Amino acid sequence: MASVETSNLPPQLAAIQREMEGYARGHGLDFFPTIFEYIDADHLNAIAAKGGFPVRYPHWRFGMEYERLSKGYHHGLQKIYEMVINNDPCYAYLMTNNSQTDQKLVMAHVYGHCDFFKNNFFFSKTSRKMMDEMANHGNRVRRHMDEVGVEEVEEFIDACLSVEDQIDIHSPFIRRRDDRSRYDFHGENGKEEAEGPPRFRAKNYMDSFINPRDKLAAASKEMQDKRREPKSFPERPERDLLLFLLEHAPLNAWQADVLSIIRDEAYYFAPQAQTKIMNEGWASYWHSTIMTRQGLTAAEVVCYCDHHSGTMASSPTQLNPYKLGIELFRDIEDRWNRGAFGKEYNECDDYRQRREWNTKAGLGREKIFEVRRIHNDLTFIDEFLTLDFVREQKLFKFGYNASTEYYEIETREFPRVKQQLLASLTNLGRPQITVRDGNYKNRGELYLEHTFNGVELQLDYAKETLRNLQKLWNRPVHLETVLEEARTVITFDGAEHDIEKGESIELAEGAQL
Amino acid sequence: MIMKIERDQRRFRQIVRGRIRQNLRKYVTHGEMIGRKGRDLVSIPIPQLDVPHFRFGDNGAGGVGQGDGEEGKPIAKGGGEPKDGQGSAGSDPGGGHLLEVDMSLEELAEIMGEELELPRIEPRGNASIVQEKSKYNSIRQTGPESLRHFKRTYLKALRRQISTGVYEPDDPHVVPIKSDKQYRSWNTIEHPQVNAAVIYMMDVSGSMTDEQKQIVRTEAFWIDTWLSSQYEGIETRYIIHDAVAKEVDENTFYHTRESGGTRISSAYKACAELIEEQFPASDWNLYCFQFSDGDNWGEDNDESFKILGERLLPIVNLFCYGQIESPYGSGEFMGNLQGRFGDHEALVLSEIEDKDAIYESIKMFLGKGR
Repeated sequence: MASVETSNLPPQLAAIQREMEGYARGHGLDFFPTIFEYIDADHLNAIAAKGGFPVRYPHWRFGMEYERLSKGYHHGLQKIYEMVINNDPCYAYLMTNNSQTDQKLVMAHVYGHCDFFKNNFFFSKTSRKMMDEMANHGNRVRRHMDEVGVEEVEEFIDACLSVEDQIDIHSPFIRRRDDRSRYDFHGENGKEEAEGPPRFRAKNYMDSFINPRDKLAAASKEMQDKRREPKSFPERPERDLLLFLLEHAPLNAWQADVLSIIRDEAYYFAPQAQTKIMNEGWASYWHSTIMTRQGLTAAEVVCYCDHHSGTMASSPTQLNPYKLGIELFRDIEDRWNRGAFGKEYNECDDYRQRREWNTKAGLGREKIFEVRRIHNDLTFIDEFLTLDFVREQKLFKFGYNASTEYYEIETREFPRVKQQLLASLTNLGRPQITVRDGNYKNRGELYLEHTFNGVELQLDYAKETLRNLQKLWNRPVHLETVLEEARTVITFDGAEHDIEKGESIELAEGAQL
Repeated sequence: MIMKIERDQRRFRQIVRGRIRQNLRKYVTHGEMIGRKGRDLVSIPIPQLDVPHFRFGDNGAGGVGQGDGEEGKPIAKGGGEPKDGQGSAGSDPGGGHLLEVDMSLEELAEIMGEELELPRIEPRGNASIVQEKSKYNSIRQTGPESLRHFKRTYLKALRRQISTGVYEPDDPHVVPIKSDKQYRSWNTIEHPQVNAAVIYMMDVSGSMTDEQKQIVRTEAFWIDTWLSSQYEGIETRYIIHDAVAKEVDENTFYHTRESGGTRISSAYKACAELIEEQFPASDWNLYCFQFSDGDNWGEDNDESFKILGERLLPIVNLFCYGQIESPYGSGEFMGNLQGRFGDHEALVLSEIEDKDAIYESIKMFLGKGR
């Protein structure tokens, strides 16, 4: 259980843990206390299915995930090596039937993750007591289920999950507007009404000159007219749809509670999606460094190499975040060790000179620690993915060729490869959708806009998502997007979908990423 | 740690069942969607069980990969799930459209029964087929060493040693001799079993195309599924015929194509003989399913009706005739049957125009509850 502060490691592994922890600290890694749980495969699959948290709210999708994982495991198709939870203390899981070499490797890897969780900027606003919070969420949801029925709550959760990714991942760091309470019924207008139109300060005898009566009346009328106009909100396009729903949707108490739980968890998990490449790369860098320099005994080398290279395997159709991450960190370390950065280096176009560039700067370690502190995947790739790196790692962009029905290598041109990679990381690889109007046509309908950047939405998913969103909003919902190169508004009014095609748009050359 | 996953798993299974029930008509019509997995398991593709999100469509499918190759080198077959290099972006892998779910045939039959509102079958006649089962529940003095009952042997040896005064509590050695030894033994338990025999007959004359055979196959799958759930054991036999009939195995049944004329009486005769030889009506619940496009040689009808009326209908639980529309039109045999036997209680007639009619046809065949 989460509250148990001691681990159940057998003494031998506990000794190894102390050893590995010592190495990790020796390299300057800085992490929360880390607790390893020693559990069997079934148990591990069950926890993994729940996103790493043994106690969460009940939901069928965890059961589905568990079946998938345990089937994969029993058929020998996949197994989970490591799982680590961003929490203070950090929890990590070791599978009982892994070999001792594997356990060592996993521990070294885990310390990499823990350091990353603690120090990376994008994790700085996540709750460090999430184990407990998740358990509380579980209790709250279960209580709602006891009160209003399992199916009703579950259906509501399903609807919420449909839009769980519609959050503003930067909002923990930026204060875009004041918080608004959903229980504040006055609105800002109440005050003004009492006060009437603004007056200039004037002495009594000057008042009728400085604040002429007819001007005052006109201003007051104008204000009233304005008030009568349909109110449109939000004032600025809102990206945190969940927050918008919490503030404005007609939810009752338990619904608002469930929605806020889903939102909290979405914000908790977001940085992990934001830093997948870096996080795995960083952990892999450290397990490899620790294991090859200190951790391994001669007898373990072959087993270690086998599993390390298995983790690093790359495939033509799936970029391996472990591989990309570790190679980039190594590349950065190497470049900063050689001083191969900065204006002078960048302006040098002699290939050989660049390769042999060495100012003996020796800044590599320092640099990668800095990188792990301030970057996320998007900025990491943007800043450090270089032409040389793409060539060396044989990266390419692939695309679907409809005439052959195959995915084919499209190009190895550096800018396009990088562009593609960045596009897939932007907004976590999800469409950007904003709330434009919560009172559309002055009828309380919800109007969303998809910021089109070349790739269209998958229509059947979009329709189903709107259906779920409508359950939350209770009034018709609209989504403006682009389908088949024409501006389109998809509407769901609670009974049926309506798709209204507008004028077609010109695709700018190169907009297709 | 407390395992809470069972609850989620149970809930997931419930939802899957509900989903299958909703889409049963589709599964029935497209029997090929259901894959057999071993003897008792089927795998069923469930559409869109995942939570829908706003996501990018396939038109942007592409990504970044790693490895050797010239531009234009194919790297993966398309069509299936769009492979995207942005798996690295942290989204869960495998969020595909279809989810394969394993389910036991029994469970599937249950869903089918509920959804099609099929009545439970009251097995006919007495359960005169007796199955013998062995149960190890007694003790003998002789037997193989592998069945020696250690505890009893020890006790008996101990008792003997105490009574003969050989036993010394300070040096407790208990050595059994031959007469001490006890062995486990079995009793035969007779267990009456209700069995059913299913006999499929099909016209394989030239006018039956592969598409029609597919329909037959799909129907047969669902019929088997339901009947197996109703009886402890079912035997299935297959007869094909054109102008002559013969019994064949399942594979041949679906893959034979002859070109001769059609003599339905030959199939009836073969069926009647099969029943008389192997499945005496007193012991078996008999189900005959005949599929044809309804074309028969005119002068053969009388002969057919004679066999059907005298040797088959009186003894079978059900005789189902499914007339499948072929590209050459539909014959008159069904009309003739209707005219001759009318509403005979064991006879069910169904016209299957196309795949979509399978659902109703199965409901008709099995809806009698016989």
